[in-house]
Amino acid sequence: MTATREAQAEEIVADNNRGVIRSITRAQATQIVLVLLGMMVLFTIINPDAFLSVFNFRSIIVNASIFIILGVGVTFVIVTAGIDLSIGSVLVFASVMSALVMESLGTEGWAIAAVGAVVAVLAGALWGLINGFLIAKANVPAFIVTLGTMGMALGISQVITGGIDLYNVPEVLVDTVGFGDIVWQIPTLAVIALVIAVLGGILLHKTKFGLYTYALGSNMEASRRIGIRVDKQLIWVYIVSGVCAGIGGYLSLALYQQTTIAGNSLTNLAVIAGVVIGGTSLFGGVGTIFGTVIGLLIPVTLRQGFVISGVQAFWQEVVVGIFLIGAVYIDGVRRARARRSSGKNPKPMAIGGLTIGSTRKEGNSE
Amino acid sequence: MDARDDGSEIGMPLLEARGIVRTYGQVVALDGCDFDVEPGEVTALIGDNGAGKSTLIKIMSGTEEMEEGQIRFMGEDVTMSSPSVARDLGIETVFQDLALCPHLDPVRNLYLGREVRKRGPLGWFGFMDNKMMREKSSDAFADLGATVRALSVPVGDMSGGQKQSVAVARAASWANKIIFLDEPTAALGVVQTQNVLDLIKRVRDKGIGVVFISHSMPEVLGVADRVQVLRRGRRVATYQAADTSLEELVGAMTGALDEEAV
Repeated sequence: MTATREAQAEEIVADNNRGVIRSITRAQATQIVLVLLGMMVLFTIINPDAFLSVFNFRSIIVNASIFIILGVGVTFVIVTAGIDLSIGSVLVFASVMSALVMESLGTEGWAIAAVGAVVAVLAGALWGLINGFLIAKANVPAFIVTLGTMGMALGISQVITGGIDLYNVPEVLVDTVGFGDIVWQIPTLAVIALVIAVLGGILLHKTKFGLYTYALGSNMEASRRIGIRVDKQLIWVYIVSGVCAGIGGYLSLALYQQTTIAGNSLTNLAVIAGVVIGGTSLFGGVGTIFGTVIGLLIPVTLRQGFVISGVQAFWQEVVVGIFLIGAVYIDGVRRARARRSSGKNPKPMAIGGLTIGSTRKEGNSE
Repeated sequence: MDARDDGSEIGMPLLEARGIVRTYGQVVALDGCDFDVEPGEVTALIGDNGAGKSTLIKIMSGTEEMEEGQIRFMGEDVTMSSPSVARDLGIETVFQDLALCPHLDPVRNLYLGREVRKRGPLGWFGFMDNKMMREKSSDAFADLGATVRALSVPVGDMSGGQKQSVAVARAASWANKIIFLDEPTAALGVVQTQNVLDLIKRVRDKGIGVVFISHSMPEVLGVADRVQVLRRGRRVATYQAADTSLEELVGAMTGALDEEAV
């Protein structure tokens, strides 16, 4: 008896390795890397001198950096089957608050820049807390809550500034972070984005916090019954998203040397599109930070590639739209296949707390 | 099994539910229901569909609230306000819907909410000892007869029987006082069913109170020490499994004969 049990245990361990390989090859993130590489090859063939230039790659990563930081936070939210539409407005709010505080302190110098960074992060965290609290405690669907705070954060920013952008950004910040390079042609902004993506990846994929994020998106009711503090976890997930938007706001001050009050009305949708293209499922439980980074590089690379190829850059929106729909279609096919293979009890489809499919209420069966 | 190490009185039920009432709108699911769980004993909870079995289990495991009634655990009144309360008391439950996270692998599901942290500073940041959890899970599944093979495959990709095995192994691994199983063998084949029933006996022999819901009377008579029958939201009969028969159980379930006065 004991011998067979040990044999079985060994068999179990051997089986695992196959599982890991399969999950890597099947991951949408792997496929999307191929898409990105394919695009790069194509643009290189069309115009090798321009596309393969250091200047070009530098533009791509600078333009993608802030989106990637926002995308890290949004990945956490979407993995829980939630949505955060407020990130663009929170970015604006954080940059306005940060600029105002820095201005009142005298604008110049590293100390003031550091205070500005703290203010931006706290401003982002505050909106994340509001979002999370309303979603987790007041049970208002995430779609509605973040649609509401999207308007509120932008509205308050406009009220405070009268709708006029602020230009008081410390020069040291603009020179080192906005335009600066860490070494050679590696932009500081890109390094910051990379660090945040790596930290986000570790948090999501390696820690208990990340595991619970997946558990919520996978089966909220089971997570609750198992004893996970679902409310607390949800609130923290939205705070992560808010903090990322706050950091994004601060960096956009550095990059553009001003607030961008009118310039972020579509940021939320661009970031969500990139995250979804990167393989994160709107139905929750699935997603990687790596996929998000790639998914957000694709629109930027496309735009840059079209410009270089002499194609009107407006086509980028069209192609991104196709990718987005394609990504969700593939996810849907995969989910349907999983449902068929595992039989009964399909999970109700809920995006951002809005139930789409049929829901079976727990506990009413008897 | 002479003395219990926690010093509680011998012969006292582990858990007593008295006069539990629970309604869903117009439907009265439980109408003053009583229930007892004894240590080291397998209790079958039977009744027709809609008798209130699942609701009773959900209330005793903290996932549903009761409107009236009282629950005593080891002689003391307790409020099962959440599943965590029950878990802290050493009560585990296998729900009818299994309560698994389909995107997570069996190891993650087994340890969900109870992850083992890495030693040292990494653990403070929430890093987990995956190797240890994997090895222990592997043992737990092997205990059940190894129907769960691949530990890295999402539970959602597994067969119904494998999913059920994961849920049962989870409850059996953590329960140290009571384990509730709501139709634990419903999706299982013959061999796996026997494995679960053997597991139930092993868990009982550790001194744990086992309560299971089943519609299979041969299963009930084969494994249970006691049988408690629910009908229309009340306990209508309690039998020693050795002294009862299929006919008697069916009679109590359908109301053909009533033992406890209604």
